[in-house]
Amino acid sequence: MSGPTPAGTWVGALFARELRLSVRVGGGALIGVLFFLAVITVIPFGVGPDLNLLARIGPAVLWIGALLATLLGLDRLFQADRDDGSLDLMLMAGRPLELVVLVKCLAHWAGTGLPLVIAAPVLAIFLNLEPLATGAVTLTLAVGTPALTLIGAIGAALTVSLRRGGLLLAVLVIPFSIPVLIFGVSAADAAITDPTPFLTPFLFLCALTLVASVVGPFAAAMALRFSSD
Amino acid sequence: MRLIAENLACDRGGRRVFAGVRLSLESGAALVVTGPNGVGKSSLLRVLAGLVQPAEGHVAIEGGDDEATPGEHCHYSGHLDALKPALSVAENLLFWRAFLSAPDEPACFGLAPCDPEAALERVGIGHVADLPAAYLSAGQRRRLALARLLVTARPVWLLDEPTAALDAASEEALTELMRAHVNAGGMVIAATHQPLDLDPVSTLRLEAAT
Repeated sequence: MSGPTPAGTWVGALFARELRLSVRVGGGALIGVLFFLAVITVIPFGVGPDLNLLARIGPAVLWIGALLATLLGLDRLFQADRDDGSLDLMLMAGRPLELVVLVKCLAHWAGTGLPLVIAAPVLAIFLNLEPLATGAVTLTLAVGTPALTLIGAIGAALTVSLRRGGLLLAVLVIPFSIPVLIFGVSAADAAITDPTPFLTPFLFLCALTLVASVVGPFAAAMALRFSSD
Repeated sequence: MRLIAENLACDRGGRRVFAGVRLSLESGAALVVTGPNGVGKSSLLRVLAGLVQPAEGHVAIEGGDDEATPGEHCHYSGHLDALKPALSVAENLLFWRAFLSAPDEPACFGLAPCDPEAALERVGIGHVADLPAAYLSAGQRRRLALARLLVTARPVWLLDEPTAALDAASEEALTELMRAHVNAGGMVIAATHQPLDLDPVSTLRLEAAT
C-alpha cells in the first residue's frame, strides 16, 4: 500500500523529526537561547557602564556568545542517535550519509541557531548597539551560524562514541570556527565604522558557510562510518 | 534469493571473536544462531548487517538488488530500540517508515509492507499510538521496534535477542510474525537462546574461537 515514495520524502521526514526533537522536552533549542541570554547579560556587568565601549565591542560579544551557545548543543547531534541505536539503522538504510548529516545540521540550525539569530536584535539593546549595527550583526549571524553548526558537526561526529565528548568537541571545533568569527565580526564592525567596506568580509563569510556546507557533511559522514565499528 | 556468508571472521577490540563462519540461507528459511555469551552472536549479526567490517570473508546476497549492499536488504533489530522518547509511538514509526522505504522497491522481493496502524495492531500496541514513547514499558518498546520491521519490507530480518523483555504471549505473537515473514519468502536470522518454532529452521552454533 505504501507505493513508490518520492526521494524527497525521507529528507523531509528526517528534517521534521530532528526539528521536533529539538523543540520538545529534552531538546536543546531553548537551552541555547537561554545560554546566549546569560552570556550577553553578564557582559555589561563585567565591562561596566561605559556605553561607548559596549557599543564598540557589542558585535564581537554577540558573535562570541552565539559561538558558545552553538557549541553547547552540538555534542548531542549524533550521540543521541548513537545511544538509542538510530544511527545504526541510518547507516544501514543505504541513504547517502553526507545528505543525512547535512539535513540533520540544517534541522539542528533551524532549532538552535535560528533562535539565536532572532534573539540577537533584542540582546543588542543590552549592548547599546545602534540600529544599523544591530542589523549588521543579525545579518552576519544569520549567514555565519550555519557554518558554525556545519563545522561543529565534524567535531560531533568525531566525538560521537565518547561519553563526555562535549568539552573535547569544543576544543576541536573552536580553532576551525575562528575564521568564521573573524569575518563575521569584521563585517559587522565595518557596517558601523565608515571607511571599511562591509561587503568584502561579508562575502568571505558567505563563502565560509558554503565551504563548510560541503566539507562538514563529508568529513562528518566519514567520521561516522568509522565510528560504527 | 540467497544470503551467503563465507569464511567470516570478526575482530572486536583486537581480539578474534569468531572465525571461519560460513552460512547460506534460502528465501523462506530461518536460522537460529546460538552459543554461550560472548561468543559473537551479536557481532555476527552486525557483520551481516554491514555495521561491522569483517576481518576476513564476505557477505553476499544472490538474486537480490545488485545496486544495494547486503545490509540494505536487511532489517536489524538489536538491543537498542531506536526510539525517541519525546516522539509519540506513531511519530516514531512513521519516521522510520519514511526513512527506510526506498523509492525503487516496488515489489520488495514479493513482500508487502504493512500499513502503520495495522502494524501497531499486529504487535498489540495500537491503543497507545498517540502516547509519547517515553511512557512505554520495556516490552511495549520492543514491540514498537518490531512494528518497524513490518512497515517497510526487507527480505532479511536480523534479530538480536528478539524475545528480550517480551512476555510469553508476545513471544508467541513474535513467532507468528516471523513465521508469516518466512512463509512470504523472507529470511529470519535470530540470535536467541529460545528455541524457535519455525519451519524450516536451521541452527548455527558458534563456538569460542581459539
